Amino acid sequence: MKFDVRKFLADRSVPIMFIIICAVCIPLSGFSTSYLFNEIVTRIVRNTFLILSLLIPIMAGMGLNFGMTLGAMAGEIALIFTSDWQIWGIPGVVLAMILSIPISILLGALCGTLLNKSRGREMITSYIISFFINGIYQLVVLYMMGPIIPILHESIKLPRGYGIRNTVSLLNLRQSIDNLVSINVAGVKIPVISFVIIILLCLFIVWFTKTKLGQDMRAVGQNMEVARAAGINVDRTRILSIIMSTVLAGFGMILYLQNMGNIATYSSHSQIGMFCIAALLVGGASVDKASIGNVFLGVILFHLMFIVAPRAGTVITGDSMIGEYFRVFISYGVITLALVMYETKKHKKKKMTKEGTENEK
Amino acid sequence: MERIKNIIRDFGVPRFIILAFLVALFIMAPFVGADLPTQITNLLNRFSWNAVLVLAMVPMIHSGCGLNFGLPFGIIAGLLGGTISIELGFTGVQSFIMAILFATPFAIIFGYLYGVLLNHIKGGEMMVATYVGFSAVSFMCMMWLLLPYHSPTMVWGYEGKGLRTTISLEGFYDKVLSSFLEIKIGNLAIPTGAILFFAVLSFIMWSFLRTKTGTAMTAVGSNPVFAKASGVNIDRIRTLSVIMSTWLAAIGILVYEQGFGFIQLYMAPFNMALPAVSAILIGGASVNKASIANVIIGTLLFQGIVTMTPTVMNSMIHMDMSEVIRIIVSNGMILYALTRKTNDGRRA
Amino acid sequence: MKNIKKSYYGTAVLHDINMELSEGEIIGLVGENGAGKSTLMNILFGDEVIASTGGYEGDIFINGEKAQINSSFDALNYGIGMVHQEFSLIPGFTATENILFNREPTKKSLVSSAFGDRLDTLDRKKMKEIADDAIDKVGIKIDDDMLVQSMPVGHKQFTEIAREISKEKLKVLILDEPTAVLTEKEAETMLKSIKNLASRGIAIIFISHRLNEIMDICNKVTVIRDGVVVKTSDIDKITVDEITKYMIGREVDTKHREPRNVEGKDVIMSIKNLYVDMPGENVRDFSIDVYDGEILGIGGLAGQGKLGIPNGIMGLYDAEGDVSYKNEKINISEPMSSLKKDIAFVSEDRRGVGLLLDESLEWNISFLTMQVKDKFLKKILGKLMSFRSNEEIKEVTDHYIEALNIKCTSSKQKARELSGGNQQKVCLAKAFAMQPKFLFVSEPTRGIDVGAKALVLDALKGYNEKYGTTIVMVSSEIEELRQICDRIAIVSDGKVAGIYKATEPVEKFGALMIGAKAA
Repeated sequence: MKFDVRKFLADRSVPIMFIIICAVCIPLSGFSTSYLFNEIVTRIVRNTFLILSLLIPIMAGMGLNFGMTLGAMAGEIALIFTSDWQIWGIPGVVLAMILSIPISILLGALCGTLLNKSRGREMITSYIISFFINGIYQLVVLYMMGPIIPILHESIKLPRGYGIRNTVSLLNLRQSIDNLVSINVAGVKIPVISFVIIILLCLFIVWFTKTKLGQDMRAVGQNMEVARAAGINVDRTRILSIIMSTVLAGFGMILYLQNMGNIATYSSHSQIGMFCIAALLVGGASVDKASIGNVFLGVILFHLMFIVAPRAGTVITGDSMIGEYFRVFISYGVITLALVMYETKKHKKKKMTKEGTENEK
Repeated sequence: MERIKNIIRDFGVPRFIILAFLVALFIMAPFVGADLPTQITNLLNRFSWNAVLVLAMVPMIHSGCGLNFGLPFGIIAGLLGGTISIELGFTGVQSFIMAILFATPFAIIFGYLYGVLLNHIKGGEMMVATYVGFSAVSFMCMMWLLLPYHSPTMVWGYEGKGLRTTISLEGFYDKVLSSFLEIKIGNLAIPTGAILFFAVLSFIMWSFLRTKTGTAMTAVGSNPVFAKASGVNIDRIRTLSVIMSTWLAAIGILVYEQGFGFIQLYMAPFNMALPAVSAILIGGASVNKASIANVIIGTLLFQGIVTMTPTVMNSMIHMDMSEVIRIIVSNGMILYALTRKTNDGRRA
Repeated sequence: MKNIKKSYYGTAVLHDINMELSEGEIIGLVGENGAGKSTLMNILFGDEVIASTGGYEGDIFINGEKAQINSSFDALNYGIGMVHQEFSLIPGFTATENILFNREPTKKSLVSSAFGDRLDTLDRKKMKEIADDAIDKVGIKIDDDMLVQSMPVGHKQFTEIAREISKEKLKVLILDEPTAVLTEKEAETMLKSIKNLASRGIAIIFISHRLNEIMDICNKVTVIRDGVVVKTSDIDKITVDEITKYMIGREVDTKHREPRNVEGKDVIMSIKNLYVDMPGENVRDFSIDVYDGEILGIGGLAGQGKLGIPNGIMGLYDAEGDVSYKNEKINISEPMSSLKKDIAFVSEDRRGVGLLLDESLEWNISFLTMQVKDKFLKKILGKLMSFRSNEEIKEVTDHYIEALNIKCTSSKQKARELSGGNQQKVCLAKAFAMQPKFLFVSEPTRGIDVGAKALVLDALKGYNEKYGTTIVMVSSEIEELRQICDRIAIVSDGKVAGIYKATEPVEKFGALMIGAKAA
């Protein structure tokens, strides 16, 4: 029995660690409960969709999709267009989503193809792809928007006449979905429609795992060779999983930005991948296994830490920056830990199978 | 025709494009009014700052640990060395020598730990290295604030503690290498000392690869099982290569600082790994093969693009696209290397 | 009634094979490793390897019609199913999911009509029905909801068979060593269920080394040797001994060397209770004494552990046991321990272990000696450092290129570019350069052509005679061992089954190889 308890705790060491961090930091930070609840609800609404987009590639055995940034960029480009055309409110959001789809598919297909060429090191490749595409994104948004791609409104252009400003305001679109139907529970504002959308996505993912394609992806994720021998087009299946992830990330980014109310044109997307991945891992996911439960637990714990850490840090050390750096350190630390655990497990597994064959013979 | 095609294929299309691009930049430079000697001076300067950091890639590539995305780890050792040297009041050339001396034990300890970690995760080195580097950098961000530094040149003036983001090296080791034996001909200035310093380190590296242990290192990278069957202790050789890489990164950042004139702390080391990685790849290295020539060619090409693009492009189309081009070129090159089929001996 | 007739002509692997199989018949296919069984089966099953290496020649007839099998899909369409030696199952799927993998019954939905069939939802209920039905036919209880990774080995095997059976078209089932990984009891059940399947009209090709199983359930047996069918017979007209003889007893007229009497000499290496954990080649409780100056052969069927012996002693796989050389203990977890005592090893895995494929011949030949004996180094800077001595390295490489007649453009050529036989010679040169007193050679002629084989064997024999080096040679080819060895030990089930002089008749060795199997 004791052994089981230990295993239970060991498997959940990361979430437990975060619960402890939060438990220590919350009283220190001195935030009120209703403030914290409001903040957490906001963060859930903002981030959950994005994090959910990571699940499908994990299922297909492609690890943490650092290339989700590509979808984020597609979402941003779509929003830049809709705000240039002055289409606001719900129609603006919907149009942006529709516009983001072809861009996401294109980028996702590119990313998937490259990942197929770099089997065994998908993660580092998808990580570099996100940097590479970021360069292309800047080329397009900073130089081509204006002279080549028509931008009508001066308000979003840089004063020099081409390129997009560092911040694009989405004031007329801000929280249009969140505010559509919202109820107030004990001082906490709950944006019903946003939650409905997130729940719909969860249902979609559950349904997807029950489809033929979902089944194929799970198989490809577990053993590519067997899947190929059984006649599954492995490469195509893997590309599809990345495309789906990219499209979902694009939607997620649009929802995220409509909540924020403005686009930081050149930086919104750059950190988003890292934070989403960290949050997922904090929820107890690993490189090869993640569930919807991990997403929700992760988003709550990670962002709770994010909110309280700077204030708590200030209280402890008297320096406001410590907390800021602490939370960055924790984000990277969690990812590092997950990667190291995953790779050591892979290493051990190899040894185990060796012993396994020993016993069989 | 067939032969030309073959040459291009061996050289690699991306590399060829980069070279052609750089040549075009040089040809255009005089037409847009850029002064060629100044350009060359710029290029040589930047070469001398960065070359050692690129050299730091070599040992780990040789031992099969892949591209050292964990470069920031070594850089932190260098930063510790530099700041301790200044804290203890050393100045001028002395401060540089002391910085190297102080950095060395840190580099060895960090490198050892890092090497042991990498031995546990063979096959997944690159991704883990990236994030180990990041974690270390963000951890040090806290440390720079908390460690008991007092030297007034380094800490925030009004609080009297916590290191500044950038620390000027004037009076310390600013340009100690670059100005040594500097040759000046009109607008052309050659940072002889810094280049010599790199040459010495390169020579040591070149020599090392010719010793018994160096040969073993190459063999471990080429086929670890072969090396094991020949009695080589793979883990030990890999750890040694990581220590060497880390130490060179520590020295590399000090050389960079003496040329640049400032110590950059906090998040700065984040962005140091990718340029070094792509430089050596541009120079013709692959994920598991690299030579000193790759380092020299790669650093020249990479820095050539970084220095030439702004001036030439600016005067031509009045757009400063250099940053964007740098991002695309450097990451594109890494991507190219990662997606190429390598006959990797990762079977251990 | 179906008739499969198949002839294949082309590469040296298979020459003109003819086989016939009728409905409900079980045919046993036997042959030594490398005799061509797998290639033949791969052709029948349309394995990728065949198509990518230029296809096959000859014709296959199914039900009297000519069939062209180019891919595993073709094979499936013709109703040919195969159960491989390695499990091709998805570990995290249940038995049901595996049985119906990529043939799942699905239900249409609104989404799938819009976006294509792959978005159909799986019909779990129907899947369970089909799977249960197939499991019933196999005749053993498997939990259809159990994940494959948590199943015992036997159940994995049965799951694979159930998968093949669930294919409606199935007419011919190929079973490649289905009982190899099973316990005795499981094997019995397996055989029973195979018979049961045959009675349902499925033709079965049964590949096995366990001849008693073949005798037990097959109607006919076909023996293949060196890519040729040497015997096809009804089972009741042949005995185990005869089969054995057909398998290994080729009438060869190669000159055997006269075995020397070695028993009286000093024991140079003594191996006691050796256990080696090498996947597929486990050694358990292996003990032998090796005499000074002899050539000892170690033979046995694949998977019996003969390869594990040198690999374990040289520290490449985890091993336990007492190995002493000249009365000094060797640390068998550390390769350097043996190497330092002038014990060298030529691995059976040429490309994986034996060579640095992307380096020059010079590197390949000199590296081992450099690391072990600090040779080919020159001191510089007043003996402070030592560099590789390129002159000495070139010299030694050129010496062996000439001595072993290695065909290459120069000593700088990359090892990858050489042919298999020449690569093998490089591996030998690597070991010779160390001037070993004791040499392990593992499968030195595997995958190289006849001419090169003779050269390699001569080189070994010559080296032994010239320098008195003790050689332990591991090989699956008993004939080859008989050519140059003094004594031959046969390994079965990880231990010594018996040791004979090399001149003993080949049947005696064959009996040891098979006999232990049957036990």
